Parts: sequence; structure tokens; C-alpha cells
Amino acid sequence: MQSTTITADTSKPFGRKLSNTLYRKSNLFLFLLLTPPLLWFGVVYLGSLFALLWQSFYTFDSFSMAVSNDLTLENYHSLFDATNLDIILRTLSMAIAVTLACACMAFPIAYYMTRYGSRAEKGLFYIAVMLPMWASYIVKTYAWTVILSQQGILYWCINHLGLSNALNHVLQIPAIGGNTLATSNLGRFIVFTYIWLPFMILPIQAALERVPTNLLQASADLGAKPAQTFRRVLLPLVFPGIVAGSIFTFSLTLGDYIIPQLIGPSGLYIGTMVYTMQGSVGNMPLAAAFTVVPITLIFIYLSLAKRAGAFDAL
Amino acid sequence: MVAISNAFAAVEFSTVSRHYGDVRAVDNVSISIAEGEFFSMLGPSGSGKTTCLRLIAGFEQPSIGSIKIFGKEAAGTPPYEREVNTVFQDYALFPHMNVLDNVAYGLRVKGIAKPECYKLAEQALEQVALAEYGQRRPSELSGGQRQRVALARALVNKPRVLLLDEPLGALDLKLREQMQLELKTLHKKLGITFIYVTHDQSEALSMSDRVAVFNRGKIEQVDTPRNLYMQPKTSFVADFVGTSNVIKSVLAQQLTGQNQPFSIRPEHINLDTHQLNHMQNDTIKVAGEVVDIQYHGATSKIEVRVGNQMLFIVLSNTELSEPELPKISQKLNLYWSKSRMVMLENQAI
Repeated sequence: MQSTTITADTSKPFGRKLSNTLYRKSNLFLFLLLTPPLLWFGVVYLGSLFALLWQSFYTFDSFSMAVSNDLTLENYHSLFDATNLDIILRTLSMAIAVTLACACMAFPIAYYMTRYGSRAEKGLFYIAVMLPMWASYIVKTYAWTVILSQQGILYWCINHLGLSNALNHVLQIPAIGGNTLATSNLGRFIVFTYIWLPFMILPIQAALERVPTNLLQASADLGAKPAQTFRRVLLPLVFPGIVAGSIFTFSLTLGDYIIPQLIGPSGLYIGTMVYTMQGSVGNMPLAAAFTVVPITLIFIYLSLAKRAGAFDAL
Repeated sequence: MVAISNAFAAVEFSTVSRHYGDVRAVDNVSISIAEGEFFSMLGPSGSGKTTCLRLIAGFEQPSIGSIKIFGKEAAGTPPYEREVNTVFQDYALFPHMNVLDNVAYGLRVKGIAKPECYKLAEQALEQVALAEYGQRRPSELSGGQRQRVALARALVNKPRVLLLDEPLGALDLKLREQMQLELKTLHKKLGITFIYVTHDQSEALSMSDRVAVFNRGKIEQVDTPRNLYMQPKTSFVADFVGTSNVIKSVLAQQLTGQNQPFSIRPEHINLDTHQLNHMQNDTIKVAGEVVDIQYHGATSKIEVRVGNQMLFIVLSNTELSEPELPKISQKLNLYWSKSRMVMLENQAI
């Protein structure tokens, strides 16, 4: 009687036997779980990225417009040509400006969500933050071309507020301005900031959520004024979240090729340059070399952030 | 108990209430805590003791009433403008700073020069026997060590009142007893006011000059530990402070002829009369049946049903051998001296 209850393995259904086997051989289970994501990341994702990077060493013959397999550093050299360097700097400065603006705007919103919002308010905030992401990003960008146009709602508001002179002054500032908002760097900056803001709010909010309230109370208890608590306790603890968010806003701006085409002055961005090079020109090697630029910039940015102690609180 | 000097009380609550919507976390509390006193706030969770502490620290503001700290109205002032420091329940050490920076924090934010801050912080760490741990992260310390760092971080600011919010709650028993002793020694040495929140009655009794017993946002009794234990005013205090048998009015009527509840400590109940060296008419005798026996090392706890009420008594295992102990469902008589009974306020139990 007793022995049958213990050795009744054969009578079990296949599903039970399988799960028991996987339970006993946890390494096998881990292997089965990890294989699909590792294949995806290792082969499909990283593999194609390296294939692209490899092509950046190929040679492009500008006479025959043909790509040959001869390896060369010429593409990287040409990144430092005046025109190409100009593209990189233009994109980089926009990415920095957008990242800073997003961080400054996202922090109070995220702070309110975390510290003051009730459960229901938090839910509403999440929806409000995510809602713009449900609409196509190209549609939103086109919508902004209408908003920023001279017949658009923004001009209408500014005119009715009697601020059109002020706007004209702003638009005359060299690096920022342009003929109209829609063709100015300011307009482009506004659209970039609008589009990427949710990507900054969510990581900051997640980081704020992990800061226990009693740390802020302890700081106040020890005599720190609110500004000191912010600088010495809150900011260092939330900094990893800000860095995470800024990686999104920074890299998305560096790689974007839609907004620079639709809004703002002429002049290529890294994204539009890659688009042009691999599309109409067919200079795949130079396009590949250009894609290395954002990767390098983000790498530099991360090492700077690490040196500044951004990840100490993790 | 420390005598209240004619100077201002360290902390004074006058008819303080704190409401959250309809909930009265603190309900019409008035207390006066003397300078240099070790004052405990004792009560079950949700009784309002922690809210009272947070009102003193400034994390909460009273809905009604006034809180004076050394004679100065504190209601309305933020925490960073109060001469009190808090040791938090879960320590609240800054995880991104090392131990020394944690301790120096209060001095740094006050604008004291860096070398001076670190000198004082090192001294404070020495005081809690953690001098070599300054460069470590809080996460690298044990619970007891974190507790000391939190203490040093508060004390380095030389507060006139130190608030302790269940500071030993997360420690194991041995360490807790050791820290209780250290806190008491520290209190004597520093001579400042300690306000100590705990739900552990033995902790409150062993350390404090005076104890306030909280229940449902109100104070049931403020007294010395001895008086709380020997002369509880309400059945709640009798029940919460130490273990006690609260005899409800129906049974009390039968035993004493008075319709007033009373409490009797289990150690004051005997199984025979010869330990009671009193006159016969001083002794109460009641018949009961043993329901349960629990072994507690030095003592055994016997639960006895008397009428429709449970009483328990505590017998010494060193005086009685196992065969001498009562058995379950054995019928026996309980005796106690009337002088040991404490009459309680007649209220719903």
C-alpha cells in the first residue's frame, strides 16, 4: 500500500511530469526561459547593430555610387568635416536643451504625482502622461505644424495677449529664432520637449516613488531647509531616475529624423543625415558611421553621469 | 521622577487634537513633560502615540490646541526650526551617504565649517562605539549599528529634546535589552529630555521616569511606572501595563459586593491561604477550574475559569515541582488579599 503511493510516478499526466522535471532541473528550466530573449537580443538586435557598425568601415565610391568591402576609416574621418561636425553639434545642442527642459518640467509633475496625489489622482496622472503616447507621433508632429503656423492657435493666443512684439523679439535671437515659430529652432525645441516629456516623467516618478518619505522628514528634523533637503537628499536619490529619463530624451532627440524635417529651419540633423545617406544617396557606410555618433555621445554622457555619482544611490 | 522646575516645561500639550477627516488620531491630549525627564508614550498601534511624537517633531500640525516647546509655541513652525531631533523607527539613514556624512548632516546644513562638522561627528560616533565605521555605507551595517548611527546623528546636534520613535522595534531581544540599558545610561549622562514612543510595556516601565498610556487617541493615565503598575486607574491601563486580571462588574459584585470592576495581578493570586499573612476577612476566595497550563521557564501560567470569566495566575517553577502544579480541568480555589486589588473606573470594558 505504502510503496504504491510513493512510486506512482508513471500514473501522473504528462504536464505534471514535465513541471516536476523542470522543478528538479532548474538549470534546464533557466536555459529554456533564457534562450528566446538571448536569441532576440544577441542575434537579432546586437547582431544587426554590429553588422551595421561593420559597414561603417566599408568604402563608398562617390563616382560610381557603389559600396565596396574594402575597409577604411575614411567615413569616420569625414565625420569631422566642417559640414558634418556642424550637423553633430546642431543635433547635440538641441538634445541637451531638450533634455534639460524635460527634466525641469518633469520633476515637479512627478513630484506632485508621488507626494500629493491620491490613488485616483495618480491613475489620472498616469493616463494624462501616457495619453499623448497613444497617438501616432507623426500625427502629433503634423498637429504641431498647424499649432505653430501663423494662422495657428499659438499665434492667435499670443496676439490676443498682446505679446506679438515680444514674440518677434524672441524670434530675432540668432540661434533660437526664425521667420515664424514653425520655422524656428524655438518651435522645434517646443515640439521635441512636448513629444519626449513622458519619457522623462515616468522614470523620475518611479525614482521618487522609491524615496521613503521619512528620509525627507529626517533631513528637515536635522535642520535642513526645504532647498537643502532637495539638493542634499532628494536630488541625489532621484538622480538615477533623471539620468534614465535623460537617456531617453537625449538619444531620441539625437536619432530623430521626423521633427527636424517638419518643424524648424533647414539644416540636417544626425537622424535626417542618416536618412538621406542611406536613402537617396545610398552612402550606407557614412550613414553607419553617423549612427556611431549618438552611441558614442550617450556612452560619454553615461560615464560623466557615473563620475558625478549618479548611480551611487542605486 | 524628575522634579518640574519653575522654568518652562520641555514640551507642553494643551488640549491638542489631530484629526484626519473623521478619524481622531489624537483626541484632546494635554501633557506636560519636564526638562530632563525620560518620558514614554505607551500604547497599542493606532493609539495616537506616534502622532503625538510627530506633532512635537513638526511633521504634523495639530488641528486644535497648542504645543509649546520650552515655552515657545511650536504649532505652525516647521521641523527645521525646532530644537528637537528624532530617532526614527526604521532609522531613516541617508543611503547615498556614508556613516560619517550621515552623522555630520545636521551640522553641515546649519552652515558649520566642514572640519568642525566632521570632528564633532567623529566624536558622536565614538560615543556610540562606532568610531571605525565612519566610511561605511548604512547598508553595510547591522540593525543595531544603524540604530546607533541614527542616535549619533540626532545627538550630534545637541537637541534639548530627543524624540525616539520605537527605536528598538526592529532589534532582537538580546540587543534590545542591551540598547535599553545604553539609552538609559545615555539619558543620565546627557541630562536632556527623552520622549520615547513604544508599544512594549516592559520597555516603557524599565526605562522611564513617567509613562503616558495612550488608547484611541486619548491619554488613559500619566504616571510613574510603579504607580501605573500598582495603581492603574482604568481597566485598559491595568490590562495593557503588565498582565492583569480585570474582574468585570458582575463578578466583582459577587466577590466584593460592589458593582465596580477591579484588577488583580496574576502574581498576587495564590492557590492556598498560608502565604496570605492577613486577617481572614481581608482574603477573597473564589472557586475555579483549570483550563490551560503554559510553561514559561521560571514561571508557569495557569488559566482558570471562574464563572464566565478567565483569570490567570503565575506560579513559580522554582518553588513548585511539576507534580505540585495543578492539572488541566482540576477544580481549585483561588485566594488573594483585598489590599492587592485595584479598583478601576466604572466603564465599558
